[in-house]
Amino acid sequence: MNNFFAWIEKRLPLMDAMNKHAAQYPAPKNFNFWYVFGILASVVLVNQILTGIWLTMNYEPSGDGAFASIEYIMRDVDYGWLLRYMHSTGASAFFIVVYLHMFRGMMYGSYQKPRELLWIFGMFIFLVLMAEAFMGYLLPWGNMSYWGAQVIISLFGAIPVIGDDLTIWIKGDYVISGATLNRFFALHVIALPLVLVVLVFLHILALHEVGSNNPDGTDIKKPKGSVPPEEQSKFKYHKQYSEKYDIVDAVPFHPYYTVKDLVAVVVFLFFFCWVMFFAPEGGGYFIEAPNFEPANGLKTPEHIVPVWYFGPFFTILRVVPDKLFGMITMFAAIGMLFALPWFDRGTVKSIRYRSKAHLLNLTQFAISFIVLGILGTMPATDLANMIGRIASLGYFGFFILLWFYSKNEQTKPVPERVTG
Amino acid sequence: MSNAPVNNGRRRFLTAATSVVGGVGVVGVAVPFIGSWNPSARAKAAGAPVEIQVGKMQPGQLVRAEWRGKPVYVIRRTEETLQALPKHDDQLRDPQSVEPQQPEYATNEHRSIKPEYMVALGVCTHLGCAPTYHKGTFEEQVEGVKDGFFCPCHGSKFDMAGRVFQGVPAPLNLVVPEHSYPNEDTILVGVGPGEA
Repeated sequence: MNNFFAWIEKRLPLMDAMNKHAAQYPAPKNFNFWYVFGILASVVLVNQILTGIWLTMNYEPSGDGAFASIEYIMRDVDYGWLLRYMHSTGASAFFIVVYLHMFRGMMYGSYQKPRELLWIFGMFIFLVLMAEAFMGYLLPWGNMSYWGAQVIISLFGAIPVIGDDLTIWIKGDYVISGATLNRFFALHVIALPLVLVVLVFLHILALHEVGSNNPDGTDIKKPKGSVPPEEQSKFKYHKQYSEKYDIVDAVPFHPYYTVKDLVAVVVFLFFFCWVMFFAPEGGGYFIEAPNFEPANGLKTPEHIVPVWYFGPFFTILRVVPDKLFGMITMFAAIGMLFALPWFDRGTVKSIRYRSKAHLLNLTQFAISFIVLGILGTMPATDLANMIGRIASLGYFGFFILLWFYSKNEQTKPVPERVTG
Repeated sequence: MSNAPVNNGRRRFLTAATSVVGGVGVVGVAVPFIGSWNPSARAKAAGAPVEIQVGKMQPGQLVRAEWRGKPVYVIRRTEETLQALPKHDDQLRDPQSVEPQQPEYATNEHRSIKPEYMVALGVCTHLGCAPTYHKGTFEEQVEGVKDGFFCPCHGSKFDMAGRVFQGVPAPLNLVVPEHSYPNEDTILVGVGPGEA
């Protein structure tokens, strides 16, 4: 048997890769609660891919058959209801863990040099994820599917000159029809998942190249020869890391964090299953009420609101009185996140050692984001638009203010080693 | 890189030439992939412009047609109706048609190309029901206005130019679709003047 593995290893260094990325990967020993969401996102990704494949086995991507095939899955296919609820709950869970994962990065400065590219890959994952969710939401062909897509696609109509033709090109018809449904299906089940998986792979490779940040924002890889042997981490690390650096305050990712993450996965699945079994519609936020009737181009739902995870960006779009400018502002909101590593001109990473101003700014950003999200699921009234504008200001203000104060920020001294 | 003598100029030229030719190939091969997203011949046929003959319409008559799955109303308005239009402006949400619910060429007092013919989608801007035509009996709904449209679903009211009254659920005037007159007695819905 050992000969067999040796034979493989010589031709494809699998064990070497496993060691490099898991068993001998140095992870800071002070990871806290916030560091579980990356793994949770991977768990949800696997869930989405698996249940998605199974759903396509009974789903019919056509304007005439889609809605009925979902009912068929829900009522007649053995465990069809479970697979569908796993998938629909998974969609919301994906965004919950990804938003928390991103916020972790913002708190501890995990986007700062040298992790800019890692952050950019993450942002691309976020973008693709939003496209996945948007296109997936059309597939049940319910009335909110239809009108949600109508609202978002008609945004492109606001682009000068080419707008109208562009919306027809996206729809493949003059109205949203079976043609639109079919192409969204193709993108949702093949094109975007492929892109997503590649991006996740690159995200992890980029992470392992620069190494994980930690809640103190300190560097656990010290210059070679600068740390006395008795202070170095006692574990064996892959030569890729240990030949270049003296490693301190680290543990191998496997088994230390795999076991810790397993606990997080169990707790997460506990909540996940509770929603899936007892509140699969998420109180109308995960699956909206109008989606229980078939798509109908002649019957607009009373309030067209997106699924909760698009809420923040939808509100930013909606509070701008001009359609085109609203769309630009919405995309700019995502663009700001992309550029975050360059808005932050500071060198201290963690919120623990940054200024009071930064703590306040990040707090107001989080509150603004949540307020925008809540408003996005409510009908637009004058009051809601007013609050939405203030929250939008808070959202964009975070980046602008950060750029100004981060240059000469009053920070606390960052410890050489992690603090526990 | 080897130490063999290299003609850098030639190498650069070949690299550039290959890139340009390859780039043309990429653009060429993108054409079918992008083109296949256009509406298919079937979708185009189903969404084709619709002709409506109006030559034999009586004054005050409404004719229905279907275009892209939506009902189109054509009404031949009388002189009397047209003169009554501006009189209830103060009861309307958008009397001047500021909201872009009609093409540029129908953004006028009577919301049409020819004052006589009103063309609008029979789809209430509230929740998409079909408003019914109340000819001569609209005073039950709005005092002093003889004709108009009343939506049976939630009671939205529109005048003879498809303009919505205040105090009803519908937020906007009825949509006037793109349309034109290929000849005196024909309305072509789906194509604006001078576009066909």
